[in-house]
Amino acid sequence: MNDDAGPIFRQIATQLEDAIVDGSLAEESQAPSSNELAAFHRINPATAAKGLNQLVSDGVLYKRRGVGMFVATGAREQLLKRRRSEFADQYLTPLLAEADKVGISITEIAAMLRERGSRA
Amino acid sequence: MTTAAALEGVTMRFRGHTALTDVSTEIQADTITGLLGRNGAGKTTLMQLLTGHRVPTSGRVRVLGQEPYENDAVLSRLCFIKEGQRYPDHFRVCDALRAAATLYPDWDADLADDLVRDFDLPRKRQIKKLSRGMNSAVGIVLGLASRAPVTLFDEPYLGLDAVARQQFYDRLLADYAEHPRTIVLSTHLIEEISDLLEHVLLIDHGRVLLDADAEALRASALTVTGPARQVATFGSAHELLTTESLAGQSRAIVRTRTATASRDATDLGLSVERTSLQQLVVGMSLSASPSAAAPTDHQALQGAPR
Repeated sequence: MNDDAGPIFRQIATQLEDAIVDGSLAEESQAPSSNELAAFHRINPATAAKGLNQLVSDGVLYKRRGVGMFVATGAREQLLKRRRSEFADQYLTPLLAEADKVGISITEIAAMLRERGSRA
Repeated sequence: MTTAAALEGVTMRFRGHTALTDVSTEIQADTITGLLGRNGAGKTTLMQLLTGHRVPTSGRVRVLGQEPYENDAVLSRLCFIKEGQRYPDHFRVCDALRAAATLYPDWDADLADDLVRDFDLPRKRQIKKLSRGMNSAVGIVLGLASRAPVTLFDEPYLGLDAVARQQFYDRLLADYAEHPRTIVLSTHLIEEISDLLEHVLLIDHGRVLLDADAEALRASALTVTGPARQVATFGSAHELLTTESLAGQSRAIVRTRTATASRDATDLGLSVERTSLQQLVVGMSLSASPSAAAPTDHQALQGAPR
């Protein structure tokens, strides 16, 4: 997997979160098993299991004994909430740092955002 | 976790040459361990000790709780696929399969048939007449289908093309997931297998350089670039493996000692990239070698594919 994108288990967890957020992995549907993830991503099954377990401890997935892992009800809303709260750190901090470096003012950024936003 | 194999203070001397010096390590059961190191580092010797092909000059070797040397109880549960494995002259592929079926108690004939098809092996051809790659493929079939509780592959891919190597990795992963067992894999193709590994054992000049969880290793390797002074400052707080400088700028591969290292580097104004296991291993081997500062070595590192 991608060496620049953090630990592999974290990447596995993030990809599953993405799938839950965009709805392709619906709530109460079964998540892929660690062996399926391992085969698909060509990674060690223990690493895949670590990614899944992270989501279990976050309350995003839950285990059904002998069956597998399922997406918890409310998982999507929970993930959206977390991502919204992380938005400023993840996107605004680097944006402001670069703007400062090249001399773009906050007012100019705001104008750019409005223009882009109205086009989108 | 239980230990599948252990070396305690193992030294292996040959006439006028010490292959391993005071090596101690434990291999956990049901994990895939990558045995890495340069040519002549001692990888094959270590595997020969684990599989009872040799007795250490000093120290202790335990596999599945017992000494492996001339110990059938252990050896019957081991499978060792050697680089350039030799077979009796008249052996055809099917003879090797039949012999393996009697040798390995957990032999899976269906899996072997599947693999023979996957690798397009001609059953009736004499093994000595096979190409290098097909010879390697025979070893891989035996190693996987043996389902031995401890399976060791010593550079099993020689002569195999990229497609066949990918098939090997995929089959290994799939079968390991279904039937967890202890796998030790020595390889130079670190990039290709790094994601498969759970544990890494790096040896250099017969000594253990690195014995660590693969995921933790990946997290601990960083490449930092920036003003030479800041790079040196950052490097002094961690384990600096290699540095290159050009016009006041430096780039260094660093094995970090703290969890906040990445942020500390950014705070110093350095740009930070994660570093692949292969780059880390190359960096560690170079910094351990007496000629670490030689420019040719640096060139070699630079030329390594990412």
